[in-house]
Amino acid sequence: MQQTIVVAKNESRPTTDVALSARSVSAWYGSKLAIRDITLDFRRHSITALMGPSGCGKTTFLRCLNRLHESALGAKTSGEVLLDGMDIYDPDVNPVVTRRRIGMVFQRPNPFPTMSILENVTSGPRYTSMATQPRELMEMAETALRRAALFDEVKDKLHAPALSLSGGQQQRLCIARALAVKPEVLLMDEPTSALDPLSTLKIEELMEALAAEFTVVIVTHNLQQAARVSHYAAFMLGDEHRVGSVVEYDATQQIFTHPKDKRTEDYITGRFG
Amino acid sequence: MSIELDSPRTAARTGRLAPRGLTSRQAIADRTFRAALVGATLLFVAIIVGLFVELVRGSWESIVAFGPAFLWSSEWNPVTNHFGALPFIFGTVVSSAIAIVVAGVVGIAAAVFLAEFAPPRIARPISFFIELLAAVPSVVFGLWGLFVLAPFLGSIVDPFLQRYFGFLPIFQGTIYGIGLLAAGLLLALMIVPTVAAIARDLIVAVPNELREASMSLGATRWETATRVVLPAARAGIVGACVLALGRALGETIAVTMVIGNRPAISGSLFAPAYTLSSVIANEFTEATSSIYLSALLELGLILFLISIVVNGAARVMMWSMLKAQGRRP
Amino acid sequence: MIAGARLAGSRRASGVAGVVLTGFCSALAAGLLIMLLGYVTVQGFGALNPAFITHLPHPVGIPDGGIANGIVGTIIIVGIAVLIAVPVGVLTGLYLAIYGRGIAAELVRFMAEVLSGVPSIAIGLFAYTVFVKPFAHFSAFSASFAFAVLMLPLMIRTSEEAIRGVPTAIREGALALGLPDYGGVLHVVLPAARPLIVTGVLLAIARVTGETAPLLFTAFGSQFWELNPANPMAVLALQIFTYAISPYDEWHRQAWGGALLLILAVLVLNIGARMALSGRTKKS
Repeated sequence: MQQTIVVAKNESRPTTDVALSARSVSAWYGSKLAIRDITLDFRRHSITALMGPSGCGKTTFLRCLNRLHESALGAKTSGEVLLDGMDIYDPDVNPVVTRRRIGMVFQRPNPFPTMSILENVTSGPRYTSMATQPRELMEMAETALRRAALFDEVKDKLHAPALSLSGGQQQRLCIARALAVKPEVLLMDEPTSALDPLSTLKIEELMEALAAEFTVVIVTHNLQQAARVSHYAAFMLGDEHRVGSVVEYDATQQIFTHPKDKRTEDYITGRFG
Repeated sequence: MSIELDSPRTAARTGRLAPRGLTSRQAIADRTFRAALVGATLLFVAIIVGLFVELVRGSWESIVAFGPAFLWSSEWNPVTNHFGALPFIFGTVVSSAIAIVVAGVVGIAAAVFLAEFAPPRIARPISFFIELLAAVPSVVFGLWGLFVLAPFLGSIVDPFLQRYFGFLPIFQGTIYGIGLLAAGLLLALMIVPTVAAIARDLIVAVPNELREASMSLGATRWETATRVVLPAARAGIVGACVLALGRALGETIAVTMVIGNRPAISGSLFAPAYTLSSVIANEFTEATSSIYLSALLELGLILFLISIVVNGAARVMMWSMLKAQGRRP
Repeated sequence: MIAGARLAGSRRASGVAGVVLTGFCSALAAGLLIMLLGYVTVQGFGALNPAFITHLPHPVGIPDGGIANGIVGTIIIVGIAVLIAVPVGVLTGLYLAIYGRGIAAELVRFMAEVLSGVPSIAIGLFAYTVFVKPFAHFSAFSASFAFAVLMLPLMIRTSEEAIRGVPTAIREGALALGLPDYGGVLHVVLPAARPLIVTGVLLAIARVTGETAPLLFTAFGSQFWELNPANPMAVLALQIFTYAISPYDEWHRQAWGGALLLILAVLVLNIGARMALSGRTKKS
């Protein structure tokens, strides 16, 4: 039986300008291969959703895009990831710099526990020496907090501990923190899965505005969210050895109405996963 | 691109020029930070190596002069400059042996009670007090031992033992109060918390399935504790006892205050004696000749080596028990 | 009545006897501590008066002698030891937490274990050969060095555990922001680990404050005020020992007073550290 899904109301962006590009990316945990040969383009100022059942490798792939995957013990990657045409895995490129240009928001909010709200947002610029003057930092913080739709709620308590915020607010704080270092790409790993529906809605609402300034890649296991929020979608699946790869990648509207692969169609219509 | 560390530092590790994008000030700070970590660790290693080297260097004169006979010579004569370690090895071994036997029994018994039988309302304060015992400084134990324990032994316990068990050589001879027995019992009090705390943790860690299996066979709680739980934790408890023994071997000040400080080997527990650590403590600042000093340092070296062997054995025992249980040490 | 419904008397009796005996042992151990503390309090209380805490030692026969220089000396010597042991210990613990897996790291951990079992008098001998003999001069600094070496294994182990205990999510948050290594550790991980590290420092201080053996030939003791670490200095634990083994009743009295002070200091540090620890874990 066909499941009714809210079809994405966004048309695919006409731009062909590619901000981030993955080429044959594979990743291992120790000797266990997790994802194989993923090649995807992420168009500038668009929101791309990575979707698929749990264990299909979408989070692993996301963490390869900002070189976070290799920080785990024994983890390896191969392939290329091109940011504006430059491979971030090139030996001459420092991963630390890469991660400033490709930001990340995690599944569970992870504000720095010993810092206040303001200190959290400005931690990136401060410790990467992007800005030092208090006034400059304040301006950056306000901009970032506004972009994350949090400023009005915290403007009177910027020095309160970050942990005093609610879960949804903490996640928006983490978004603001990531935005404060002025990345070009923002990676979001299931950013709303740990939040209540109201907070989820708030974050989904701000994503469209984010796409105007950044390129967003979001991992989600929530089909409706992918349909609501993204311009492009990639469907990933793990094979019988639990090695993930991309099954289909297209404009969201296309993939949800006319999926080309049967497996995609099964997933979207809820026959499995 | 495999990294075996927690944070990747590929570019810096390859030693290339300041990586692209990082300001040179940051790159320098990064390198300084890394250097500080490695430097501190190397300093620590140097201290340990230095400790061993200095002890050997200091004892060299004595090692050369007396050779291996040092270990079994019982002459300790600062006047003629003839020195031997046997009386001190004897005193150290006997006092520590008494200590570990007494502390082992009392400590394991207490651990069984606290882990298996005591309701939390009783177990918590008692555990707290026993652990606090571990924090009391050695000199305070010594003070108490000198003015409370030794007189008590001298006036009540020792005469009692001599009266009823005097046929045994260990309870013969003049009673002073201080002596081997006093030192052994005082040491026992000092190491009982070590045994009790570790044994208690080990017993608590024995899986509940074992207890339930035993009880469902109809065993009483006491039988379960002694026949099933305790044997399951046995290797670790033995390791804990060896660890406590290591502490007793090295204890200096409390022992010095109650052992009598006489370099003599005697068959009686009431006799004064001397340990490796006490003789160093007492005579080091009075050592007039360099051979005297060197002999004392050689005693320190012997003490150091004994402690390493004993502690190492303890760790190996506990490690192998954890491995046998399939847990990571 | 069902056959065998009652437990054989002997089995029940041995069970009861077992509980009683083991309970007695627990009570004995705990009771001895209470008795010891009580005795020190009773004996020492009489010696505690303002003169005791503020005066220098007086020769036997002259009343109102004190241990003030020992209290000051203890603070100075322990203070310098902390200044040495905490940076070296925390940085080494950081090294172990970050570069944890190599054989070099395992070797370092093993050495820390070995060091924690070395008798304090042997460490005193080491301090003597390095800092006293070459200068032919007892000094407070050599005692601080010995104390620092005693504190190191505890500091290293506590620091490594504290840093490893910081959740991965926090570390990854710092990484993902593009913080350079030292930035992430210094500004995010270390502050998060700070409570546990501070607890470790307090416990280490409690441990060394009661140490006497190394002092015998490093700080050596003194009858006078001394603030210069290059000179011999009075230390409370050492004074207690010297007074205790002396033949004078007056000095015995002062030994008890000093012991009471020492125990109070050590217990306060210990209990404070444990309370801080449980408070922290509840908050997180």
